[in-house]
Amino acid sequence: MIEVKNLEKSFGDSKVLKGVSTVFETGKTNLIIGQSGSGKTVLLKSLLGIHTPDVGTIEFDGRVYSDLEPDEKRELRTEIGMVFQGSALFDSMTVAENVAFPLKMFTNDNKAKIQERVDFVLERVNLVDAHKKLPSEISGGMQKRVAIARAIVNNPKYLFCDEPNSGLDPNTSTLIDNLIKEITEEYNITTVINTHDMNSVMEIGENIVFLKKGLKAWQGTKEEIFRTDNEAIVKFVYSSNLFKKVREAYLKG
Amino acid sequence: MLIRYISQIGRYFLMLKEIFNKQTKWPVMKNLIFKEIDDLIIDSLGIVCFISFFVGGVVAIQTALNLTNPLIPKYLIGFATRQSVILEFAPTFISVIMAGKMGSFITSSIGTMRVTEQIDALEVMGVNSVNYLVFPKIIALLLYPFVIGISMFLGIFGGWLAGVYGGFTTSAAFIDGAQMEFIPFHIVYAFIKTLIFAMLLATIPSFHGYYMKGGALEVGKASTVAFVWTSVSIILFNYILTQLLLGS
Repeated sequence: MIEVKNLEKSFGDSKVLKGVSTVFETGKTNLIIGQSGSGKTVLLKSLLGIHTPDVGTIEFDGRVYSDLEPDEKRELRTEIGMVFQGSALFDSMTVAENVAFPLKMFTNDNKAKIQERVDFVLERVNLVDAHKKLPSEISGGMQKRVAIARAIVNNPKYLFCDEPNSGLDPNTSTLIDNLIKEITEEYNITTVINTHDMNSVMEIGENIVFLKKGLKAWQGTKEEIFRTDNEAIVKFVYSSNLFKKVREAYLKG
Repeated sequence: MLIRYISQIGRYFLMLKEIFNKQTKWPVMKNLIFKEIDDLIIDSLGIVCFISFFVGGVVAIQTALNLTNPLIPKYLIGFATRQSVILEFAPTFISVIMAGKMGSFITSSIGTMRVTEQIDALEVMGVNSVNYLVFPKIIALLLYPFVIGISMFLGIFGGWLAGVYGGFTTSAAFIDGAQMEFIPFHIVYAFIKTLIFAMLLATIPSFHGYYMKGGALEVGKASTVAFVWTSVSIILFNYILTQLLLGS
């Protein structure tokens, strides 16, 4: 579980987060949604330790990040898996080398054991024939799956995904969403996903945090999102005619 | 403006300190060092050999053409070629050329990693990204004096070839000149300079790549800025080291 308390972050005169408090639950897919500039990415980067909050605390299962020593912070980071928006795979390494990287860096496993684990996670994300390919030789969807494999290879406790569906076709998006949800449940991970994609919200949104202008404007589940009369979230989620009709149909039963 | 420069210099030194914090595991680091030796040292040999050979030749020809007084002995061609190549051309000017070749490679490769979030990925995993990216380059460039040694040899050899086969001097006169009043400390001086320049070549372009912001266009701009600052630093340190080691 990750608990965020009264998080504030400014860049120069611009206050991006204005006191966000929320809880991201273990074993669930926690989604952060909101318009561009609402503070989603800053919140995610604060959770990852890339940004240092001005005010407030972040607790990883009771461990307050700002109170940890540098070595403890690095130790905590080894418990984190991250899927970046652009996948962030290492260009010079093959798919298998990318996935093996956290194991080579943070475990004392021998080559055979690393290979076995790499084979297992690549099979888990349905990539069995791509071991020797370079990231530039595979599609965007495959790159995302490699990024997921790399993020989970070291059995993380926390999985963060920044726009995991951006640039993907609807089919591949659904595959990636389902894969993240399955992995979250299977390994009982605290997963936090930063997304714009309303399909993802409807598919896998077990705990949705809606940010507006640096504040938490709403929090709930995908079922609650249909019933809510919170004006801000209704305006954001149901801005497309398709979703408006879906909501109407849902409310009519 | 001045405050910005001072702040950048401060940031550079903080980066240098960070390079030696929390080392990457040796089996991983070993592979990175071999890769950097290949990219930075082996891949530079061709251009260094080519330039050294021909510039050595040009130094010999120009010296010969300027020795118009018949009272000046021809062995001075060999002497001047040796002194120019060992003291300045090989250590300093090859390093300025390497600031363009190696420097732009280092800045663009690290800058691209920054733009594509690969450095963020390293940090999020708990890897000391500065150590991971810059330390192997520093170790690889400890071999840079060997490159400069080859440059010295080829520069003098090019001068001999151009002097003798261009009809400007005899082989014996050139070799006599090349051996005349040889001061071994000049070689030590050249290699001390080379090692300091190697440190600058590894770290200044890395700094500009690591801390760059923006997209692909900014990677190109950062490479240019890195080349300018590396060259300026090499020239400045060349002056300071010459004053310290030979001037007193």
